[in-house]
Amino acid sequence: MMSSHKDRTGKGGGLYARRPDVFPRAVDGFFRRLKWIVMAVTLTIYYVTPWVRWDRGPYAPDQAVLVDLANRRFYFFSIEIWPHEFYYVAGLLVMAGIGLFLLTATVGRAWCGYACPQTVWTDLFLHIERFIDGDRNAQIRLKQAPLSVGKVAKRVTKHAAWLTVGVLTGGAWIFYFADAPTLLRDLVTGQAAPIAYSTIGVLTATTYIFGGWMREQVCIYMCPWPRIQSAMLDERSLTVTYKDWRGEPRSHGLKRVEGQKTGDCIDCNACVAVCPTGIDIRNGPQLACITCALCIDACDEMMAKIGRPRGLIDYATFEDCEVERKGGAPVPIKRTLLRSRTLIYFGLWVAVGVAMLASLGARTRLDLSVGQERNPLYVQLSSGEVRNAYTVKVRNMETRERPVRISIEGLPGARMWDSLESEDKAAQVMEFTVGADQVTKRRIYVSAPRSGPAPADFAFRVESRDDTPNTDREETRFDRPEDGQ
Amino acid sequence: MSDEETKAIDPATGSEIKNHEWDGIRELNTPLPRWWLWTFYACIVFAIGYCVVYPAIPLVENATAGTFGWTSRGALDKEMAAAEAGRAATNKALAETPIEAIDPNSPLMRAAVEGGRAAFKVNCVQCHGSGAAGSPGYPNLNDDDWLWGGDIKTVYQTIRHGIRQPGDDLTRVSQMPAFGRDQLLTPVQIDDVVSYVRYLSKQEKPSQSAARGKALFAANCAACHGNDAKGGRQFGAPNLTDPIWLYGGSRDALTQTVTNARAGVMPSWEGRLDPVTVKMLAAYVHQLGGGE
Ligand code: SF4
Ligand code: SF4
Repeated sequence: MMSSHKDRTGKGGGLYARRPDVFPRAVDGFFRRLKWIVMAVTLTIYYVTPWVRWDRGPYAPDQAVLVDLANRRFYFFSIEIWPHEFYYVAGLLVMAGIGLFLLTATVGRAWCGYACPQTVWTDLFLHIERFIDGDRNAQIRLKQAPLSVGKVAKRVTKHAAWLTVGVLTGGAWIFYFADAPTLLRDLVTGQAAPIAYSTIGVLTATTYIFGGWMREQVCIYMCPWPRIQSAMLDERSLTVTYKDWRGEPRSHGLKRVEGQKTGDCIDCNACVAVCPTGIDIRNGPQLACITCALCIDACDEMMAKIGRPRGLIDYATFEDCEVERKGGAPVPIKRTLLRSRTLIYFGLWVAVGVAMLASLGARTRLDLSVGQERNPLYVQLSSGEVRNAYTVKVRNMETRERPVRISIEGLPGARMWDSLESEDKAAQVMEFTVGADQVTKRRIYVSAPRSGPAPADFAFRVESRDDTPNTDREETRFDRPEDGQ
Repeated sequence: MSDEETKAIDPATGSEIKNHEWDGIRELNTPLPRWWLWTFYACIVFAIGYCVVYPAIPLVENATAGTFGWTSRGALDKEMAAAEAGRAATNKALAETPIEAIDPNSPLMRAAVEGGRAAFKVNCVQCHGSGAAGSPGYPNLNDDDWLWGGDIKTVYQTIRHGIRQPGDDLTRVSQMPAFGRDQLLTPVQIDDVVSYVRYLSKQEKPSQSAARGKALFAANCAACHGNDAKGGRQFGAPNLTDPIWLYGGSRDALTQTVTNARAGVMPSWEGRLDPVTVKMLAAYVHQLGGGE
């Protein structure tokens, strides 16, 4: 494993480095169990969510989480987002960003170590590999073994299992974009859209390649996050640390030379053997460390065996290390987590969340948008009046039909009528019904005397004519010839 | 590779220091993963294949054709043919239905309007403007003022045969006399007629000149423009009482008009465009806002 380290850093001299083999050994311990839980939760959320039903009445789909691209709607339980409300999605992304900053400032690369899909799926693939090929040593032996029926059988089984996971992963993804039960039936009977199959194909390929072949290479060479997170970490963020002042000098096994002082590290290489990225944490913090904490479990196991206190490798902040090195006591964990930087991040995160919730709660589900036609801006009519045209859209975002009334205000003497009707129908208001979860678009003419007071705040207004009155208003312009000609 | 001893190692990173040096800046060797190199080779292979099957290498006159025989022109032709085929049913229905029989709210009418919109942008905007708002001499098609009539059948007739189109027997023709140039009226009389017309269109207050012009109008203009000056569509004679002026309603413009006469022209589109397109144009123009 040390040689692989050399390869990556160029000590070997070559301009290109082959991927060092990594055969992480299975390990058990506190952090491994935590990882199991996180893995179970994230994978369950991913695979099960599309199958959760949510009743929205007859006019909307009953899938709890659905990105309906064809009808341009996003459903999330009781929340329904229309394309013009996409800022909510932007808000979610902002929250995700701040959340990552918060997480990194407090617990370092916890995202990388526990929740990143690359980590979760690689972990899953590693378990499958161990289940078929055996643990680390068996895997190394198998790799060196000559070709045989048994070896081929194992290889075929392993790759078939990986591909199956890949297909399931890709398959689960597309269920977020269509009614899951219907789509599954269509998929099986071969009637689903080609894009569904090609999406599964692409995601199967990426899952298989990234989880089976690329693994830590994704983190080390492809992912931007390790580069960004080094700017987000500070001297009080928790990272996985080898406490060299306690471990060095290492003793080989338990055979200690009489009279020579040795550290706690017995150089058993357990921490290296379990590392999914194949590095040696004892070389200090490094980009390739995703802080999965498995080396902590491995080392704790060993310390327990030789009767030394746990935590030779442990989560620690840079500041704590400095203190401990000098023999002091580390800052209590509460003070590490609660400090101005993390509190500010947390405050921001909560503020964005609360603002979004508040605006979600306050939004009306009746919306008016008005676009004035620009070519031509106005038309002189033979009656002497001037006519402007508008494209008026009324969005009814509720799952029931709604009768509405459109009116104009702020323009004396103005009348309006639908461009498909004759001017005889011109009036001050216009009434029609907007279907459930639909947009009604009308091209509306407004005519007014050629001259008059400049319309300061000419606006359209929509009101619902039902038991739950909602209104919306949109200001626009009314243009007239500039001169009296 | 030679033995490690001869290599300089950077203490901070543990990487080998290469021999290159620029102004004291030396380079570390951070090796690229080998699979990255493979993706690079794969790109090269792909590029070679791409150059073989698609047009790639520019020559003096043209470029290598590529084994797929693909050209952007060919791709366009195919798309156009497909679009044409997709429109076949609509076009057939349009060709067979008389224009006044198309239901204004039918999908067929909507298709006709959209087709007309596209054809208008190519053939008509040069004079009428992209919003069909016209300009002096070229009528605004959005308003409700029509020289020759604004119901859909009449608009269709006008587009088919044009206005004053030589060689088309059904074209719209009329001729306004050049009252000044041909000395039918004296400049003073023309002035009076202009006053009267401007009074009719509420641009001027009543005056003696206008009163004199009234008699001159009845004798010289009413035959076409009507006694009430509201125009006569059989002659394409405009309504002179409204605020819409094709050549301008100022004294200068009107004096010009009465002195030298006006005779706008429009090509007849039948024969230049296919019959369905002409029908579509009529449908489009009719729904612009002034259709009767
Ligand atoms: S480095 Fe990137 S890919 Fe790897 S675990 Fe972290 S976020 Fe995920
Ligand atoms: S060094 Fe330890 S924490 Fe870092 S990736 Fe390896 S096992 Fe995980």
